[in-house]
Amino acid sequence: MLDLQGYGPRLFEGALVTVELAALSLGLAIILGLITATAKMSRSWLLRRVAGVYTTLIRGVPDLVLMMLLFYGGQIGVNAISDVLLYDYDIDIYISFNAFAAGVLTIGFIFGAYMGETFRGAFMAVDAGQIEAGKAYGMGSALLFRRVRFPQMMRHALPGLSNNWMVLLKTTALVSVIGLTDMVRVAAEASRATHEPFVFLIPVAVAYLLIASVTEWIFARLQKRYDIGFGEH
Amino acid sequence: MFDLSTWYHELLDDNAIFTPATMAHYWEGLVTTTQLVFLSLVVGLVLAVPLAILRSSKRKWISLPIYAYTYVFRGTPLLIQLYIIYYGVVFFDGIQESFLWPVFRDAFYPALIAFTLNTAAYTTEIFRGAIKATAKGEIEAARAYGMSESLMMRRIVIPSAFRRALPAYGNEVIFMLHASAIASVVTLMDLTGAARYVYSRFYTPFEPFLFVALIYLCLTFAILFFFRFLEKRLLAHLSSPSL
Repeated sequence: MLDLQGYGPRLFEGALVTVELAALSLGLAIILGLITATAKMSRSWLLRRVAGVYTTLIRGVPDLVLMMLLFYGGQIGVNAISDVLLYDYDIDIYISFNAFAAGVLTIGFIFGAYMGETFRGAFMAVDAGQIEAGKAYGMGSALLFRRVRFPQMMRHALPGLSNNWMVLLKTTALVSVIGLTDMVRVAAEASRATHEPFVFLIPVAVAYLLIASVTEWIFARLQKRYDIGFGEH
Repeated sequence: MFDLSTWYHELLDDNAIFTPATMAHYWEGLVTTTQLVFLSLVVGLVLAVPLAILRSSKRKWISLPIYAYTYVFRGTPLLIQLYIIYYGVVFFDGIQESFLWPVFRDAFYPALIAFTLNTAAYTTEIFRGAIKATAKGEIEAARAYGMSESLMMRRIVIPSAFRRALPAYGNEVIFMLHASAIASVVTLMDLTGAARYVYSRFYTPFEPFLFVALIYLCLTFAILFFFRFLEKRLLAHLSSPSL
C-alpha cells in the first residue's frame, strides 16, 4: 500500500491549491481573452496595436520568467505605491503581494494572450447571417452578444479553450518555484526529506492526469451542449 | 585603434548591475540554455520519427505502449518529470559506483533526459498527426506502383508528413525554449538561473528578469523567422499563387 509517511493531508491541501489556482487563472484568462479578442477586432488602430503587442510579448517570454518578474517585482511595485500613499497622503496601508496572487495574475495574464487568439478566430467564424438576424429582431449590442455572438462563438472556441486549459493546468506547477505550497512543492519537499521521490512525485503526476481527464469530460459535455442544433460531428 | 574590450569595460563601468561579471553569468546562461534546448530537440526528433511510425501502426500492441508514453509525458507537468528524473537517478542500482556517476551527479544530464523525453512525446504526436493526414490518393498511387510498405513510407509518406508537421514543430521548438527555463529549479545556471542569481545578489528584480526576457524574446523571434523561412521554401506548393 502507498505509504505517504504523514504527508497525505498536506499533499491533499496542495492539490486543492493547484485546483483553485488553475480555476481562478482560467477565469481571469477567459476575461482577458475576450477583451483581447474584442480589441483585436476593433476599428481603432491603437486598440489593435496594443492587443497585438500584448499577445506577441507574452508568447515570446517563458512563463517562469514572467512569473518571477511579477512576483519579485510586484512586491517592490506595491511597496512603492504604499510609500507614496503614506508620505503624500498619510494613508498607512500595507499590501502584501503573495505568491498565490502573483500566480493567478501571471498565469491569467499569459493565457489571456492565448485565449485572445482562440476567441478571435471563433468570433470570426460566427455566421454573419446569425448576427444580421439578431439585429433584425431589434437586439441591442449587449443582448446580441449575450444571446447570439457569445453562444455561437463558444461552439468554435471550445476545442481551443480545452487545449489552452490543459496547458494552463500544467503551468500551475511552476508556482511551486516562487514559493506557493501547491501539490508539486509538497511532493518535492517530501522527496527531499524522505529520500523517496517516487512515492510522492508519481501520485502527484497521476493527480494531474486525473484532473485533466475529469475536465476533458466536462469540456466534451459542454461541446455537446453548444453544438445543439448543428447535428452530430 | 578602436579597442573593443576597453570600450566594453568603459560602457559597463558606471553600472552597478550590468557589470562584466554579471554579463559573464548571462553569457554562461545563454550557452547552457542553447545547449540544453538544442541537444534535447535533436535527440527528441531522432526518437520521435520511429516512434511516430510505430504509433501509426494498426497493430494495437505496438501503438498502445507508445500512446501510453506520449499520454503520460504530455499530460503531466515537465517540472514533475524533471524532479522524478533528477531525484530518482540515484535509485538506479550501482549508478553511484559506475563511471556514469560524475555525469549524472551534475544537474545537466537529468535535465537533458527530462527535456528529451518530453519533447519526443510531443513531437511523436505531431508527426503521427501528419502521417495520418497523408492524402489517400498518394497512398493509392504508391500502391499502384507496386511499392512495398517500407518503400512507400520512405518515399511518399514521411517526406510529405515532414512538411505538414513543420508549422506545429516550430511551435514545439518555441515551447521547448520556454520550458527550459525550469532547468534553473534544479540548480542549473541557464538564462533564468543567471537572472535569479543576479537578482539574489543585488535584490533588483527588474533589471535581470527584464534583460533575460528580452533575450528569450529575441531567441523566440529568431526561431519563428527560421521556421517561416523553411515553410516558405518547403511549403511553397501550398501557398496561393501570387498574381
